[in-house]
Amino acid sequence: MALESVCSFQAPNPRIGLLRPGGKGDVDESDVLNNLWSLDKFSIPAVTDPAEFLKPFTNGEGNVKIEFDHGTTTLAFKWQHGVIVAVDSRATAGSYIASQTVKKVIEINPYLLGTMAGGAADCSFWERVLAEQCRIYELRNKERISVAAASKLLANIVYNYKGMGLSMGTMIVGWDKRGPGLYYVDSDGTRLSNNMFSVGSGSTYAYGVLDSGYKWDMSVEEAYELGKRSIYHATHRDAYSGGVVNLYHMKETGWIKVSQTDVMDLHYKYKEEKK
Amino acid sequence: MSSRYDRAITVFSPDGHLFQVEYAQEAVKKGSTAVGVRGKDIVVLGVEKKAIAKLQDERTVRKICLLDDHVAMAFAGLTADARILINRARVECQSHRLTVEDPVTLEYITRYIATLKQRYTQSNGRRPFGISCLIVGFDYDGTPHLYQTDPSGTHHEWKANATGRSAKTVREYLEKHYTDEVADSDAESIKLALKALLEVVQSGSKNVELAVMRRDEPLKMLSVDEIEKIMAEVEKEKEEEAEKKKKTKTS
Repeated sequence: MALESVCSFQAPNPRIGLLRPGGKGDVDESDVLNNLWSLDKFSIPAVTDPAEFLKPFTNGEGNVKIEFDHGTTTLAFKWQHGVIVAVDSRATAGSYIASQTVKKVIEINPYLLGTMAGGAADCSFWERVLAEQCRIYELRNKERISVAAASKLLANIVYNYKGMGLSMGTMIVGWDKRGPGLYYVDSDGTRLSNNMFSVGSGSTYAYGVLDSGYKWDMSVEEAYELGKRSIYHATHRDAYSGGVVNLYHMKETGWIKVSQTDVMDLHYKYKEEKK
Repeated sequence: MSSRYDRAITVFSPDGHLFQVEYAQEAVKKGSTAVGVRGKDIVVLGVEKKAIAKLQDERTVRKICLLDDHVAMAFAGLTADARILINRARVECQSHRLTVEDPVTLEYITRYIATLKQRYTQSNGRRPFGISCLIVGFDYDGTPHLYQTDPSGTHHEWKANATGRSAKTVREYLEKHYTDEVADSDAESIKLALKALLEVVQSGSKNVELAVMRRDEPLKMLSVDEIEKIMAEVEKEKEEEAEKKKKTKTS
């Protein structure tokens, strides 16, 4: 009703079977139908506490188990020539290697990249939704969205589903008016900005190599080598990481895909260098 | 449900007019005049202050409001309607800062206000807002802007504009006297706004309210003394003009 919305009053509507997360605005029958077809919202169970309701399905108790592929190593770091993004390409289901050729860098648009760690479907779905939102922003405001705003949009979207079993640890990388941007966003709603991040089961190994070799004023070739080497060492020790190293470089003019290198080739190359 | 029983108030007439919107624009024309001038490094807002009753407490700021540190607006029309819009705009300015980590651009907040106004011309049981806004400020990249919105929900950018009672007269004055030299000088821009307002308002510092905003500085309401000073300058210039004319006539 007109007066209701002017006063921002929300009447509870017990007739509606499906609620919309975020709880903003009027909720009526058309909402239910819209949510079924909507590509950027999920209808959530009509119970008092959806997170509690979904707990048994997400924590592995009981008969129903939703197991996620968490095994991965992804990293990104800022330095004087922009941002490097390096990822592995292995997907595991338990101890089974499901694929060695997964694309864990999602190309949101020519100047924004997102990495994938955790649930593959969660990452790729929500980052595609983010791409849609970024494009709409661009059209409405006649200028590119900033990396801060893009990462905030994603963080706010997943925060609506906090506790309901989304699994996503992603890094949003881009170049905007403020220069190179790197944000870490995860499904708990954490959003952090820093010069270096590594996400996934192999992240600890990658951090070791990254931290010891990192310098702000490295050359471009040195930075490429550092990214590749960090992923290699993570894949060498972490069973859940492997395959190939996909290397991207975010420049002022947008990102470029630098290389795709099999970790086995890197293994023998480094072995030779040691001699 | 009760929404089924709300009838749309703003409907098309047979010849394509939205009469409610046009009546709202009439309400705007009855409101006290507001003028806005965009300079190169300054934006100026001026409003006509209606004479207040003896026992009423005089408040210096009523019709010029701050929406955010870098955005101000003046309006003409129904003051009560304006209050609602200003509240929503203020919330939107902060909401934008939270989600996008940047202050609003003038274009964005004007578009927001205009969209809000348009929504009320196409909803059940609601009437349009009876106000026309002049929104001024600086974007975070330093460019100054002046926008005008009206009850139909359209918005346009202007170099200088007026709204409210006798807006046409004021706008004609602005068209005649607004030049790039005036825009380049802060003092000239302020004088232009005041002179334009004085075309339709009784002379006297008590009847006008002036506010200026310079780049990276907060909005400043000019005090009565400052307005008197500028008015004295304007008077002096008028006399000098009259003298010159006399001289050329006699010589």
